[in-house]
Amino acid sequence: MSRIGPGEVERIAKLARLRLEPAEAAAMAADLDAVLDYVEQLAELDTREVAPTSHVTALATPLREDRVAASLAPEVAVANAPAAEGSAFEVPPVLEGVEE
Amino acid sequence: MTAPLGTLTELREALDAGGVSSAELVEQALARGEAQQRRLGALVGTRAEAAREAAAAADARRARGELRSPLDGIPVALKDNISQAGAEVSCGSRILAGYVAPFDATVVERLDAAGAVVVARTNLDEFAMGSSTEHSAHGPTRNPWDPERSPGGSSGGSAAAVAAGIVPLALGSDTGGSIRQPAAFTGITGLKPTYGRVSRYGLVAYASSLDQIGPLAHGAADCAALLDAIAGPDPRDSTSLPTPAPPTLPELTGDVSGLVIGLPREYFVEEGVDPEVLAAVREAVAECERAGAKVREVSLPHARYAIATYYLIATAEASSNLSRFDGVRYGHRAECDGLTELYERTRSEGFGAEVKRRILLGTFVLSAGYYDAYYRKAQQARTLLRADFDAAFAGCDVIATPTAPETAFRIGEKSSDPLRMYLSDVYTVSANLAGLPGVSLPCGFAGGLPVGLQLLGRTLDEATPLRLADAYQRRTEHHRRRPPEAT
Repeated sequence: MSRIGPGEVERIAKLARLRLEPAEAAAMAADLDAVLDYVEQLAELDTREVAPTSHVTALATPLREDRVAASLAPEVAVANAPAAEGSAFEVPPVLEGVEE
Repeated sequence: MTAPLGTLTELREALDAGGVSSAELVEQALARGEAQQRRLGALVGTRAEAAREAAAAADARRARGELRSPLDGIPVALKDNISQAGAEVSCGSRILAGYVAPFDATVVERLDAAGAVVVARTNLDEFAMGSSTEHSAHGPTRNPWDPERSPGGSSGGSAAAVAAGIVPLALGSDTGGSIRQPAAFTGITGLKPTYGRVSRYGLVAYASSLDQIGPLAHGAADCAALLDAIAGPDPRDSTSLPTPAPPTLPELTGDVSGLVIGLPREYFVEEGVDPEVLAAVREAVAECERAGAKVREVSLPHARYAIATYYLIATAEASSNLSRFDGVRYGHRAECDGLTELYERTRSEGFGAEVKRRILLGTFVLSAGYYDAYYRKAQQARTLLRADFDAAFAGCDVIATPTAPETAFRIGEKSSDPLRMYLSDVYTVSANLAGLPGVSLPCGFAGGLPVGLQLLGRTLDEATPLRLADAYQRRTEHHRRRPPEAT
């Protein structure tokens, strides 16, 4: 049974801000389907009483003193930007047209 | 043809004896790297000028008798996902084309403080996602033992650079085996430290709950020296452990009498592993017994779920981490009129197929309706696997397994079958899921290719597996064998 098809892959791609050619989506669907088929073995495990591990060590978020410290200067921070103006990153208009 | 560089220990002795200068070692590393590049593709860049300056400074310190550490004046290489101010950091990806890191990773600061000289940056699978170093925008890296074969991955460039004698030491990163499996495939020693032992500040993130930077070198003692230079708490990485990192090198006494090695019964079965690999690992364990260690069977009943667990957790974290590559702040940008289109086209043009595959899988397992069935389930399986290790380490000090189920595979052999490639990490991913330290060291040869033995330790106990690895290397010669020189 197929767990994921090209249509679902295109839906996921949209969420991930990727654009796939139809052939690419079909190939990805086949690859992901094989992986999902493999990971299905986890369904055998009885995990009703098992707490999830999100992290092996950090049980609490460490806090530091709220003190001013050196950080990247704005001109350094934007130096790698494909487009920048002053200390700001430049992007195409956000509000123009319809955003989904 | 420039001669290969020796081990850290050999080079330090030569420096101390005055037979060679750091400046000469750096020239030799640069020349050796250039000479091997066409054949191996281990490097993505060198930093000749900065390295020459650093070597001159190290030689001046040596003349004044002010050495900073055992690494002072020694050439090292960095995997190209570790930030260094002023260096192009590509992560093997088109999406970071032209990106110049504006800051040093903590490990780079610590290498500088130790006097080590960074001479080159090494190739990797794109964003460290892979087990072969084939999936890089720079092209594949090849195995010095047989250039038709993969050096493993994702730290394949670092492993090949050490194995080929370009540098005696390199840093890699290990999310599911990316230091240990390439170390095994290239006949060298590599260590993934305990999660949080080494700061991740400045390491470009793949899967943040699993990633860890670690050393690659010819032998365990050299790995220990490099670990000692980079380990310890860092206020800039909130997941770095606050526990001080005592030096491991003095712990390598050669004495392993009474040390208990656990052999997981689930891993010592003939299924899914090259019989010659298993035989070499068994013989290595027997050698450790002759050195005074004891052996007992242990059980990791959930280890068989480790690959499934790993690929759900790692891809989920990757899908989130790689959202930062959007064409706005750095790297490649596709030219277009709207912001959504800019994101989509930049990412589609910039990422390679394996990275897209993992982002898609991760997005899927985190998406509404699938989160509990996949992501949460994997997190629960991770808890069960950790409990397995807790139980096993109640009865042993080190767990021994093969590092990889086979020796180095041919380039292209697995690239069309992602699942088969993922299974290459079957013995290594568990240590990342449980946060444990793991060493891979050469323990023999099969068909002329190196075989790796993996030794896992308890949380924060890098010293014990390193001590066992070092004791084994004092009694054996596998780590002294070098790949054939090209004719």
